[in-house]
Amino acid sequence: MGVHLRFLVKKKITLSFLILAFFVFCFLVFNKALFKDKIYSPEFKDGKTTYLVDFSLPELYSANEIKLSEVIENKDFSIVNIWASWCVPCREENDLLKSLSSLSSLQIIGINYKDRKKNSIKFLNDYGNPFKYNLVDKDGTESINLGAYGVPETFLVNKNRKILIKIIGPINDNDVKQIREIVNG
Amino acid sequence: MILSNAGFLFLLLGLTSSFAVFLCAVLNIKKNLLNLEKNIYKFLTLQFFFVVIGFFILLYTFIISDFSNETVYNNSHSTKPLFYKITGLWGNHEGSLLLWLLVLTSFILFFFFSSKDEPKNFRLYTVIFHQIIVIGFFIFVLKTSNPFDTLFPIPSEGLGLNPILQDPALAIHPPILYVGYVGTSIIFASALAAMVTGYVNNLWAKNLKKWVLISWTFLTGGILLGSIWAYYELGWGGFWFWDPVENISLMPWLSLTALLHCILTLEKRDLFKNWSIILSIVTFMLSVSGTFLVRSGILNSVHTFANDPSRGIYILIFLFVLIFISFVIFFIFENKNLENKKEIFFLSKETSVLINNWFMIYFLSVVLIGTVYPIFLDVITSEKISVGPPFYNKLLIPFLIPFFLFMSVGPSMSWIKTNLKFKASYIYYFLLTSAATIITIYFLTQKDFLLIILVFSLVFLSFKTLTNFFKNNTNHAQNLSHLGFAMLMLSILFNSISSTEIIKNIEVGESFISKNEKITFEEVKTNEKKNYSSIIGTFEVKNKNNKIIKLYPEIRIYNQPVIATSEAAIKTTLFKDRFITINLIKDEQLFNVRYQNKPFMIWIWISTLIIIFGGTFAVFSKKKNYS
Repeated sequence: MGVHLRFLVKKKITLSFLILAFFVFCFLVFNKALFKDKIYSPEFKDGKTTYLVDFSLPELYSANEIKLSEVIENKDFSIVNIWASWCVPCREENDLLKSLSSLSSLQIIGINYKDRKKNSIKFLNDYGNPFKYNLVDKDGTESINLGAYGVPETFLVNKNRKILIKIIGPINDNDVKQIREIVNG
Repeated sequence: MILSNAGFLFLLLGLTSSFAVFLCAVLNIKKNLLNLEKNIYKFLTLQFFFVVIGFFILLYTFIISDFSNETVYNNSHSTKPLFYKITGLWGNHEGSLLLWLLVLTSFILFFFFSSKDEPKNFRLYTVIFHQIIVIGFFIFVLKTSNPFDTLFPIPSEGLGLNPILQDPALAIHPPILYVGYVGTSIIFASALAAMVTGYVNNLWAKNLKKWVLISWTFLTGGILLGSIWAYYELGWGGFWFWDPVENISLMPWLSLTALLHCILTLEKRDLFKNWSIILSIVTFMLSVSGTFLVRSGILNSVHTFANDPSRGIYILIFLFVLIFISFVIFFIFENKNLENKKEIFFLSKETSVLINNWFMIYFLSVVLIGTVYPIFLDVITSEKISVGPPFYNKLLIPFLIPFFLFMSVGPSMSWIKTNLKFKASYIYYFLLTSAATIITIYFLTQKDFLLIILVFSLVFLSFKTLTNFFKNNTNHAQNLSHLGFAMLMLSILFNSISSTEIIKNIEVGESFISKNEKITFEEVKTNEKKNYSSIIGTFEVKNKNNKIIKLYPEIRIYNQPVIATSEAAIKTTLFKDRFITINLIKDEQLFNVRYQNKPFMIWIWISTLIIIFGGTFAVFSKKKNYS
């Protein structure tokens, strides 16, 4: 009987340790989760640098399929700007983008997000066209792949699609200054 | 400024009384003095009194829009209607914790007054364990989320209440839900106390049942209000999204439901002692984890209010301290409440309660895993996923069929042993159910095997529950809740399989066809209100018989803070809801229109109300012994 009881106590102690260990594990996980960055950014990561994902989309005017990485390779720096004709801040942003389009080592690539062809062409006619290419993301999936929160959103990348700056929301004068500094070396 | 400082002072006094109560209770267990017991009454009342004063001071600062108070400044505005000034109090983190504290202190006071005929040591231990929770929350409020923080210089205007929270259903949703959540703290404290004093028996179960019923009823009500809010305000046309925060209120509900059935068995048959204790502990832990997950901002959802890790860390530590205490107590005192080995017959009410509990625990595990798995995955592998309806549908629906069948026969079982005799009525039941199923399936557009047996089991459950009303010696509260549940499941089923939706981008004057109805966008008007301006569309829905219904969906642009919300226009009839929302695309001319047909929507609310009514009926029911 005594042996049996001791066996039971031993079993109980082992069990409690297991359960306690489990709770400690849960505690550590939750603790870590609390301090984790909640911002979702699915650009693919290689060590510490972040790169823009690659995809192909049709161009707005020509309707030719264009591969993002091939276009980006052509210039030292590229701005990838997600925009839409129905997006009010995009109109204000457009002037600043135009001021940047004069830089020789920089090209601006637009991702036209969930838009109608007619409206987007009208937008570019009315407000001006800073974009070298405009990739049409009709259903918005590729923009989500880029990690976009909404429109507008702007990435500055180098030849290898390494992300140098990411701006959520419309860009402002400060951002323009910073972009100029990077591009002009 | 003075008001806020006074409020803080009263909360400090409240905390002091909490310590006093705790000390008196501990001393009383050792010395057993009548004098000390009187002191417990005194300090419990004081503790409650101070929190009430604190609460009313905060309420007053909200009403007079005293922006020297940071909470008021962040969550109110002088142009808000009075109703939303008041509800703004608990529409934010600090205020809602004060409300939580208010309910917490009132419950322990009520418990101490209403438990006079229970063993003294049990009462004292319950107070001790409950005071640990009260003190924990007091310190949490005072240290990390003081609702009485002041601002200087005093801002002239507040930031306003989040517009999606400005809704009547949501205004009363937190208090109701909190009563449900906080009620489980009494269950928890009393379970630990019963464990320590060796009082886990049918008497304990009988007294605890009342608290379980109160929490359960309020929790059901809170969930219902939350769903109603989601349906009317969020404009997605659904009422349940398996959003993490919704799941968090569902989990304690599931374990409370299991506990409710379990405690009945303990009361009648002195069975499932340890299991009842575990369920009591688990229920409260789930409620606190709910607070942790919502308040820490660890989950991203429509309910995310606070994003301050220091608060999260406090609740997390508090939660694990509670888990540790209950764990230790459970293992030390387990032997004190040894289960007297009784044989359970296969065909008995005991078995059916056991089966009910298995199912509840299964459902609970599915919801729990679906809710916390993304957090674990994110921490361990940095991969981000979101678990949605397909996961829950796949894992829950197949198990609902046996659950419904067991639920239909369970209540007709007797305690100890049921003598099964073949009756002709079984054949009638079977034929009747089959006939009803065939008729129902005929009207449904979708027909697959799983659906057919799901409908069959549900119809069977409804019939069986209905006949229970006409039996002698029957528990009408239980019948009502079970009937409500069957109706709820039927309405959800029909609603989810025959809802239709059509999304169009149209301008004023255009129209489109949905099934047998023609929807015309007639005109757009604008309107100015005190706290928002709105764009109202007029839609005409014309069906085959030329019957016309007008719908007026709205886009509201709130002025403080500036946020646009979409107000759905809903036309409710007994058989279906017509649901329409609009969104601006361009220049107040082109609109994105979503038109939905939602059958049996109102029955989802009605049947949940029946469940709640059953619970209320049971709380007030004086009759002690059923069957």
